Order: sequence, then C-alpha cells, then structure tokens
Amino acid sequence: MDSAAASSTPTSTLTWISWFCSLPGHEYFCEVTEDFIEDDFNLTGLNAMVPFWKEAMEMVLDVEPDEDTSKIPDVSIVESSAEMLYGLVHQRYILTRVGLQAMAEKYESGVFGTCPRVYCVGCNVVPCGRVDIPGNDTVKLFCPNCNDIFVPPSSRFQGVDGAFFGTTFSHLFFQTYRELSPAPFWKAPLSGGSPLSPRSVSGSNGSRTSPFVNPNPHGGQKRAAGYVYVPRIYGFKVSERAKSGPRMQWLRLRPESPEELDMVDWRGRWINEDDEYDEDEDPDDEDRQMEDFDPDAADDDDDDEEEEEEEEAGAAAPMSGTKAGKQVANVVASGPPSSSPVNSARTSPTSSGAPRTQVDHSISIPTSTFPSIGSTVDSGRVKMVRQWAARTDWPAVARTAQV
Amino acid sequence: MEEASTGSDSDYSRCWISWFLSSKGNEYFCEVDEDFILDRFNLTGLNSEVANYSQALDLITDSLDDDIQDELRGSLDVQARLLYGLIHARWIVTARGLTKMLDKYKRADFGRCPRVLCASQPLLPVGLTDIPYEKSVKLFCGRCEDLYSPKSSRHGSIDGAYFGTTFPHLLYLVYPTLIPAKDGDNPTAVVSKDGATGDARARRRVKDEPEVAVAAEGGGEGINTASVAIKAERYRPRIYGFQVNEIAKLQRWQEAVRDRQIARLEALEAKTP
Repeated sequence: MDSAAASSTPTSTLTWISWFCSLPGHEYFCEVTEDFIEDDFNLTGLNAMVPFWKEAMEMVLDVEPDEDTSKIPDVSIVESSAEMLYGLVHQRYILTRVGLQAMAEKYESGVFGTCPRVYCVGCNVVPCGRVDIPGNDTVKLFCPNCNDIFVPPSSRFQGVDGAFFGTTFSHLFFQTYRELSPAPFWKAPLSGGSPLSPRSVSGSNGSRTSPFVNPNPHGGQKRAAGYVYVPRIYGFKVSERAKSGPRMQWLRLRPESPEELDMVDWRGRWINEDDEYDEDEDPDDEDRQMEDFDPDAADDDDDDEEEEEEEEAGAAAPMSGTKAGKQVANVVASGPPSSSPVNSARTSPTSSGAPRTQVDHSISIPTSTFPSIGSTVDSGRVKMVRQWAARTDWPAVARTAQV
Repeated sequence: MEEASTGSDSDYSRCWISWFLSSKGNEYFCEVDEDFILDRFNLTGLNSEVANYSQALDLITDSLDDDIQDELRGSLDVQARLLYGLIHARWIVTARGLTKMLDKYKRADFGRCPRVLCASQPLLPVGLTDIPYEKSVKLFCGRCEDLYSPKSSRHGSIDGAYFGTTFPHLLYLVYPTLIPAKDGDNPTAVVSKDGATGDARARRRVKDEPEVAVAAEGGGEGINTASVAIKAERYRPRIYGFQVNEIAKLQRWQEAVRDRQIARLEALEAKTP
C-alpha cells in the first residue's frame, strides 16, 4: 500500500486531492476541503455507493493505511473507489457556500471554457451533469446565456462523470451569483451603426455606459447576449414559409422587456389572445385578462374574428399580425434584407416574433441586380443555380473584361 | 508546393490545389473544378479583391512562370489562398459544388454540433459576411439552426468569406430531404411539451446517416416542416429537481412563440392545397 500511495502521489508534499485535481481532464474539479470530507454528515448514504469505503477514504485523505489491509486484491480498484468517493463528495461540496465560492473563482478565471455558440459571445460556462447517479453520463457544460448544455470541446473530459458535478450545481451557482447570470430579456442596442463583433464585445458585457438592471431582484442581473442567427440566401432572409425555413429561432429568442414574459401563462399560452388552444379548455383566461398591455392587440383580435370563418377549415386560427406576411409567398423574401416582409409583417402584440441579429452591413445588393432570383427559387426547390456569387463590388464587372 | 517547379500544366495541373487541400487546417475546403476556375465569368470582380491577381491565378492553376517564383513566392501564396477562397465561396453554391460539399457533410468533415441535444448532428460551414478579412468561419447546425465556433483554432482562423453567408441554407433548400429532424436522437419519440425530456437519452448517439444517404435533389414535396419544432428537445435547468423560475418563465415564453409560429404555418398549410 505504501508503494501504491507513492505511485498515485508523485511527490510526497502533494495531497491526494490536489494530485487528483491536477490530472489532465480533471480541470473542472475544485479541491474539497478535508474537514468537509471528515464530517460524516456530509457523507450520508455514500458508503452504500462506494466499494472499499474505508480504503478509499484513507486514500483520499492521505491517511496511512492499517497494516492488515492486505486483503485488497488490486490497488487500482481502490483508486477507482477513491475517485468515485471524491466525485460524489465533490457533487455535494460544490453546493455549499465554500464550494460555490471555489467554483466561482474557477469560473471567473475561465477554467471551464466558453460557450461554443457564436452569439453567446464567449459567455463562460459551468460544468454540469445530466443525472446525479454516477455511471450514466459524462460531464457537460451549461451556458447561462442560451440555457443550453454542450459537449466539452476536448475529448479528455469524456472520462469525467457528470454526476461528480450534478444536475443542481450549475443552476444554484447562477442563483447564488446573480450578477453572473444573464437576464431573460434583451433589447437590441439602439446604436445600430456598430455591428458588435462577436469577438470584440465579449469583454465589455458588464461595462457598458448605463448599468444594467433587471427589475426582478431574484433574476439574472447581467446584460444578456441576445442576438439570434437569421439565415440568409444571397442576402435575403430565408422565409419561414419555406420548407427549409427557420423553425428553431424561438429556442434562443428573448423578449425585449421583462413584462413580455408575463404575457404567457403557466401553461405556456398567450394571455388575452384568442386562439384555438383555449376552445376546449375552461374559460379561465377570460377572467384574468390584463388591461391593455398592448393597444394593438385588441385591434388584431378583431381582425382575427373577421377572418375566423375562412380560417375555420384550417383548424388553426391565425395569429394576429401575420396577415401581411401571408401574402408574401416564395422562399426568399422579395425585399431588401433590412425591410423584408418577414420582418415588417411582425406587428403582433409582443412584436417578438422577429429575431434580432447583428446588423449585417456586408450585403447591400439592390434587388435589381438579381433578375433571376425570382425564377430561381420557387417553393422549396432550386431549379437553376447561377455560377456566380453575390458580390458587393458588382460594378467591377466592367473592369474584369480587361483581365 | 514542392512540385510547383515542374510547372507543366498537364501532369501536375492540380498540384497547387491538391497541396492546398491536403495541408493542415484546410479540411473544410473542397476541390474547385478547374473548368470553373478557368471560366473567367466565374471570377468576375475578383481582380479588384486580390493583389497580383493574374499571378495568383496562375499559381492556383499551376501555370506560373518559373522566373518570378522566388521573389514573389511568399506574398503570392497569400494572394493565391485568398483568390482560391473567394472562388471557393462561389463554387460551393453551384450545383456541382453543392454535391462536393454534400459528400464532406456526410463524412462530417466540418465537425458535429456541440449541443448535447443535437445528438452529434454534422455541421456546415458558413460565413457571417461575404467580404474577406472580416469574420472567421462559423459552423451552422441544421438541427438547432444555430451557429457555433469551430473547436480547433486552426479552423477558427479561416476566413468566413471563403464559404459565404448563403451556402448551408442553399444546401438545405436544394436538398430538403436532408433537413435534420428537430427532435433529438430518436426520430419517433414524442417529447412532451411540459419538459419531461428524457435525461437518459443523452448518451445514445444514433447516427442520422440513413437520412443523409437518401439525399436527392428536389424530392421534398411530401415534406411538411410546419410543426417540426414541437418535437425539438430542450434542456430544462433544475435545482434539486425543481425548475428554475426565471429560466422556466423564459422557456415558456419561447415555447409560446414557437407554438404561434407553428399555428401560423399550419394555417398556411391548410390554406394552400
């Protein structure tokens, strides 16, 4: 056993815990204090999950083992037990105040990496598990900006059990450190002149001129990175009416103001908006209407009722504010990017349907440049693809002749 | 590059391009047909983007004179890469270019989506702008329809203009059968909206290659994508098993936006025969 201890602890000054945390792939772990492990209360129930409990405890705490432990068949079994023990204690430790503090320091120094999503602009992520029972899944990374989980970029984390971080930690972390948690609403900056580069903006999130305040004191207090990607073909937004049109923008969308969040009830339905979902339900919604949260909404509702008869067959009443959009067929919106029908048609009460993306200065092609686009793209099929690409320097065509 | 000195355009005609494609970091690029490069119409306007345009073009097509190689070699190589990249952006939105990139997509040459619930969906390269020297290349996931940065820094430094803003969306437009299902790894799973999305599914990595294999141009008449988003799985943050208030509220709102779009599209579907 002495030799085993020597093999797993390269230098005698290093404790097992700090050695374990310094292993490649173990960068996400923080060092659990020994008094936390020594308190039996913190270990409640763990001895049923870890084989060779006593030996594993001795290894983790660097206690000289008793001489009569020769019955252990293989040191590597104890090592894996020790790893399991440490991981499960770690799962509990990082939920304590001290543990959260230790993880916050690692978070601030960027040990856990950043979100791979482009429009999260390098938001720091935290490790998280998908299950609390070990042996089920490897560690994942949670991004507080897009509220989604990602596979760690390096394969060396494939061997780390997600249960060693647990399902709760990442969210308790952002509940504890509200200033690190992005708010659930976002408004595009008015200074549209400067398209914020995903790279350059990363450091300046918290240090803008006006301090960001979330009216919900228990909510995230950090300014969110709220841009949503809008697919474009030759500079034109892909219409949602195309089969290949955007379907998932809701996943990343944020309302512009916190009040808009309250327009959806606990069942996930729009309050004060007539639609077919409520027909077979109790009319509770009628009773708690909100007072004129948007004056336009009432008008739109009236319009909806007018159209309802023709829409009846469809079994789906139209949402307010999309009527203009319905008249515009074709895959590619016919207007210039900045004023495409998809965008201008969004006058719904929340006006939140249109995802915002970065101001795109790269494409400023007049429609007339592409006389063939209309015929090229038709109901989800491309019949002909021209063998040139959209260029901003189109007038240069004339000069090319000399080449 | 080492073969460039031979200079003859018969046997070694593709050597610069094949050298370029085989060098480390250029795995995203596909081979541009020589016919495409030699057709000057396809290069319209590029002469104003690339310095030493004609020599760079000669270098790409391996018809560069031997005598100017030594003094210009360094800068010419940079220009040739730029020129090739810009030609590449135009090439991959042609019919032949799309099929070449499709092969790479099937092999997942561009990597897989880091989002856990996308179940390793292969990605497609995309630029945020068509102007060179502005933004590096990003990767588009057809499942979550979002953009991700390449994992490796040597891919992260490739200019996004070499792929253009159009390419992935045109690919899915031309091959609608390739549009990935929005649900996670189990195509038949019905995901309940209220958030009991199975945690245990995380590890299963069902390949979606059968879908990719049946890719045929057009052929998407029967596809109805109006309500695909309802099946999309999403992650629900939980503290001791309870959803987090503010995030749950945001997610309800997002799903209401989704349901509204689905209702809109289904109404449209019912209208049009």
